Amino acid sequence: MSEKSMVEAIRDAMDEELARDENVFIVGEDVGQRGGVFRATVGLFEKFGADRVIDSPLAELSIVGVGIGAALYGMKPICEIQFADFIFPAFNQIISEAAKMTYRSNATWTVPMVIRAPYGGGIGGGLYHSQSVEAFFAHVPGLKVVIPSSPYDAKGLLKSAVRDPNPVIFLEPKKGYRLIKGEVPDEEYVVPIGPARVSRFGEDLTIFAYGMMHYYALQAAEQLEQEGYSAEVIDLRTLYPVDRNTILESVKKTGKALIVHEDNLTGGYGGEISAIIAEHGFNDLDAPIRRLAGPDVPAVPFSHPMQEWFMVNPEKIFKSALELARY
Amino acid sequence: MELSSELKKEMYWMMLLSRRLDERAWVLHRQGKIAFHISGIGHEAAQVGAAFALKRGHDWVTPYYRDLALMVSLGLTPEEFMLSLMGKAGEPSSGSRQMPSHFGLRRVNAVSHSAPVATQAVHAAGIGLAIKIKKEKKVVLTTIGEGSTSQGEWYEAVNWAAVHQLPVIFLVQNNQYAISVPPEMQMAVKSAADKACGLGLPGQMIDGTDVFAVYKIIAELADAARNGKGPALVEAKMYRITPHSSDDDDRTYRSREEVEENKKFDPLLLTQKRLMDEGIYTEKDLEGLDKKAKQMVTDAVKLAEDAPYPTAQEAAYPVYAEEVPNV
Ligand SMILES: Cc1ncc(C[n+]2csc(CCOP(=O)(O)OP(=O)(O)O)c2C)c(N)n1
Ligand SMILES: [Mg+2]
Repeated sequence: MSEKSMVEAIRDAMDEELARDENVFIVGEDVGQRGGVFRATVGLFEKFGADRVIDSPLAELSIVGVGIGAALYGMKPICEIQFADFIFPAFNQIISEAAKMTYRSNATWTVPMVIRAPYGGGIGGGLYHSQSVEAFFAHVPGLKVVIPSSPYDAKGLLKSAVRDPNPVIFLEPKKGYRLIKGEVPDEEYVVPIGPARVSRFGEDLTIFAYGMMHYYALQAAEQLEQEGYSAEVIDLRTLYPVDRNTILESVKKTGKALIVHEDNLTGGYGGEISAIIAEHGFNDLDAPIRRLAGPDVPAVPFSHPMQEWFMVNPEKIFKSALELARY
Repeated sequence: MELSSELKKEMYWMMLLSRRLDERAWVLHRQGKIAFHISGIGHEAAQVGAAFALKRGHDWVTPYYRDLALMVSLGLTPEEFMLSLMGKAGEPSSGSRQMPSHFGLRRVNAVSHSAPVATQAVHAAGIGLAIKIKKEKKVVLTTIGEGSTSQGEWYEAVNWAAVHQLPVIFLVQNNQYAISVPPEMQMAVKSAADKACGLGLPGQMIDGTDVFAVYKIIAELADAARNGKGPALVEAKMYRITPHSSDDDDRTYRSREEVEENKKFDPLLLTQKRLMDEGIYTEKDLEGLDKKAKQMVTDAVKLAEDAPYPTAQEAAYPVYAEEVPNV
């Protein structure tokens, strides 16, 4: 075991996968000599060369579209979108092409690729370096959507994503890149795409979260403990296809559900979790389902007080969870 | 390069067979037997010439919906085309999930095509990148209409191919219309080939009604591309003799006189005349071939009419390259 930050774990995953399979390559803006603006690909250009770590033109739709073409040819591209906020030029290629290729060709063509993108706010990034984009993609059959919240999962899930025969949207909570540290095995392992993880066992309520909000949810659960409430925390990890069983089993046990994300509330991913519980776990509920999410303004503002107003944080989660626990 | 009579005969046959298939599709539509047809009448010389310039099953193609003659030349059978028109089981591009003429044929490296125009150009760049990384001697042909070269996707694809010197041939079929809109409303240059100089690759405009000239030019460019000489942009000019599709009424935007005038440049008639002038075929030979083509089409229609529809249950898959729980 070694202690690693999120971004180190992500880099290690790519390093190992590049070494394991010669069909794997990285393409994106500044991923080469610069090693990525978040340093996620540092050293890989030197180690694997310009054919395996490719600085793309500054054009997202073709980072993804070129990745799709290479995947059709049998390669395994890892496409880096510099910030999730800039994934929208590639939306057409992701939705119309990558997601639909298997279905529309009756599986005569498939698109094994990973699209990595740092997402999320609280880093002074303003409207266009802070967005959460998961809800746009977790609506689309044919895609898999993965968001890790720990170095262990980041590495294991990214390795699974590279080996997955489908397009995987891999969203990385950028605020956690260096903030979140954890033990990572030195030996080879993968974390399967699909299962959610019960990251803390509890009895009184369940907090569902992912990415940075999961990290905060664990802190809120600690605080709740001091108030005498035991919160179960579930890291959803794979948003699509979602692990319904783990969600429903937990609600059966605790009877109360708080769903947390930093993306806007309306039409956000939490609505889906809420619907799953309402449809299949209604009889287990002892309180109305709660959602705690970013407000319905277009994006995270820059100025610090406004940013903090937008962002969900451990304190807000604690307060909401406490109200629910006392319901 | 002098073309053998044998080669000329083969090319003519593909033009003829495609034309008779296309014409029959219109008849089937008027009879109410099929829901939709999008026609390549007038495009046969450009498409057949380009297809013959490729090493079939070795080189790659990302086609578009107008490419019936290209696909037939690559190996799409009359039966397979008729199955697609009727939405029957066993249709090879999509298992009849897609509308007709959304081509794709794995066995000849022809990638599945979607409806949003220009997406396929980017895939061609990606395939070209994969070929280059793997140091293989192959070329990718990607086709498109002149109107669709207005899309950003197309510019990004050509730019990628030029920057990385990828083995891609961008073939623009300029048929004078994008549904109802003429080229001068799409571009300020005279030909899409003129866009090449701004992107840094060779571009040329060619006569898209001369099948033998198209063959020679594309064969030369393909050979160069396979040998590391980089991409090329070609605009082949022709006239779209039919309405845009079976849903279009072209009387709303162009005169009958204009259409009749342009029928003089019907590539099938021009090729017939050439073959007779060169003493390769007599009028009687041509009649015999025509009879044979029509019979093949009739047989294909019969086979497709007798073929079963897919079951409704088949619509549920394949969403992913493997089975996924909860989806
Ligand atoms: C992104 C997108 N916008 C609009 C359409 C509708 N549409 C289909 S074909 C077409 C015209 C294309 O013209 P051109 O590129 O010249 O090709 P042609 O059909 O003439 O061969 C349009 C507008 C579409 N398929 N995709
Ligand atoms: Mg056109």
